[in-house]
Amino acid sequence: MSVGVMKDSRTTGSLLLEKVAHGYNGLQVVHEVNLAVQPGELVVLVGPSGCGKTTLLNLLSGFLTPVSGTVRTEGLVRTVYQQDGLFPWLTVGENIGMGLRGVKDKGRQERELRELLELIHLGQFRDHYPHQLSGGMRQRVELARVVAGDSDILLMDEPFSALDYQTRIRMRQELVQLLEKRPRTVVFVTHDIEEAVVLADRVLVLSQRPTRIVRELVIQAPRPRNPTDDVVVGATRVILEELGLQVHR
Amino acid sequence: MKKVIPGLLVFIVALFIWWLACRTGVFPAYALPSPGQVLLSFKEEFKAGRLVNDVVASLWRVFVGYYVAALLAIPLGLWLGRQPRVRNALLPMLNFFRFLSPLAWIPFAILWFHIGDKPAFFLIFMSTFFPLVLTVMAAVATIPSIYFRVAHDYKYTGWELLTKVTFPAVLPQLITGLRVTYGIAWVVIVAAEMVGCQDGLGYGIWEARNGLRLDSAVCYMIVIGLIGMGIDRILYQFTKLSNVRWGYER
Ligand SMILES: Nc1ncnc2c1ncn2[C@@H]1O[C@H](COP(=O)(O)OP(=O)(O)OP(=O)(O)O)[C@@H](O)[C@H]1O
Ligand SMILES: [Mg+2]
Repeated sequence: MSVGVMKDSRTTGSLLLEKVAHGYNGLQVVHEVNLAVQPGELVVLVGPSGCGKTTLLNLLSGFLTPVSGTVRTEGLVRTVYQQDGLFPWLTVGENIGMGLRGVKDKGRQERELRELLELIHLGQFRDHYPHQLSGGMRQRVELARVVAGDSDILLMDEPFSALDYQTRIRMRQELVQLLEKRPRTVVFVTHDIEEAVVLADRVLVLSQRPTRIVRELVIQAPRPRNPTDDVVVGATRVILEELGLQVHR
Repeated sequence: MKKVIPGLLVFIVALFIWWLACRTGVFPAYALPSPGQVLLSFKEEFKAGRLVNDVVASLWRVFVGYYVAALLAIPLGLWLGRQPRVRNALLPMLNFFRFLSPLAWIPFAILWFHIGDKPAFFLIFMSTFFPLVLTVMAAVATIPSIYFRVAHDYKYTGWELLTKVTFPAVLPQLITGLRVTYGIAWVVIVAAEMVGCQDGLGYGIWEARNGLRLDSAVCYMIVIGLIGMGIDRILYQFTKLSNVRWGYER
């Protein structure tokens, strides 16, 4: 790998779920899910609140062991959690620096940090603390932290759901840009169908609890996409239909 | 400056009420010294050098007892906070000692350590160690689990986990805990010195009482209050550190 170039396009992370089922003392939450995520792929899981999306991510990260079935991951996994996961006692720079702990060369660490700060447009906020930032800025720091260094697989649990609509749109664009520069294998969870369709290579629609994949939708249009693109509108319609939310006149 | 004026005003009013109480003779003069008498006694104490000597003695005792207590209590609390089973086993005993007034130890302190610095060290230790362990332990136990999951993702383990995650996560509460327990220590030292020592601020008050020199007692009381406030101001400065502000601003 040449110095200065960050992780190149040879993305390595892959994920595999085989007949995975899970529950919490009697409550069946995940019902036989099969899923293979290819290196560099961006898979989005959409599903209603409480259906088991976070549970699925916890199974993927290895935080939970499934009741039955197997989970296999290849590569370094990092998660953007649904709750605020930045360390409040560290500055923006230091938080992102956490992701660069594996980088031994100090010079490269500093260069990468600068680049990431530029990428998320927070160059001037390096020494600010998370509580001094807006929600959207904090989320950008989280994104920079997970892509920093040598991560392979990113799990994102509704990272933008706490933001207002306009900030959310901007954040999607930032995520796309970031992944352009630093490709990763991504599993992204959301309940926002538009968000799913704008971002995904493949959307998986989850059912109510006990959750299973009820629909798989491959979206081939190149990114970045707009919510108003025909592909996006078309795919949204398909998903709404699937969920029984499309009104027929 | 604007912030100081109201406080100053209250002080002047309090002084006036004191003076008025003396003038109207609510209490006999020997039971309530006037501001003027106290001022004179201040002069006298300073000249004799006794007051300064007593201040140094008390500060030294609180410093040693409190320092040892904090040195043991903070690591123990950090460790216990992450060990639910040991914590549950020790909690009743720690609580028991916390609610046991340190003054109850005075007979033992004197029998074990006789008269001098040692019984004071011991009493300060006993009065601050238990609340500090409990504060740190409770703070650690309530760290949001999300921080430990993030720490796991970024490969913090062992010593690094303790110093770079657990410790900074409780630091704001630890600073508050240190201020509170320091307050306890400063209160206890006065009582400890009344019985266990031959000098110190507490002993000074005791001597004044024995000699019916309440003007001198009041002058010691003023010094005790002022030093207590002063040291708390110093500890308060720690809350201004930039990496603990988050703990006080949300
Ligand atoms: N630790 C737990 N113990 C018991 N039950 C749990 C636990 N975690 C989740 N559950 C249950 O599992 C179900 C799925 O939870 P999960 O957090 O995975 O949902 P989700 O799809 O992420 O929801 P949301 O969109 O609201 O974040 C819920 O009904 C919840 O009650
Ligand atoms: Mg969730």
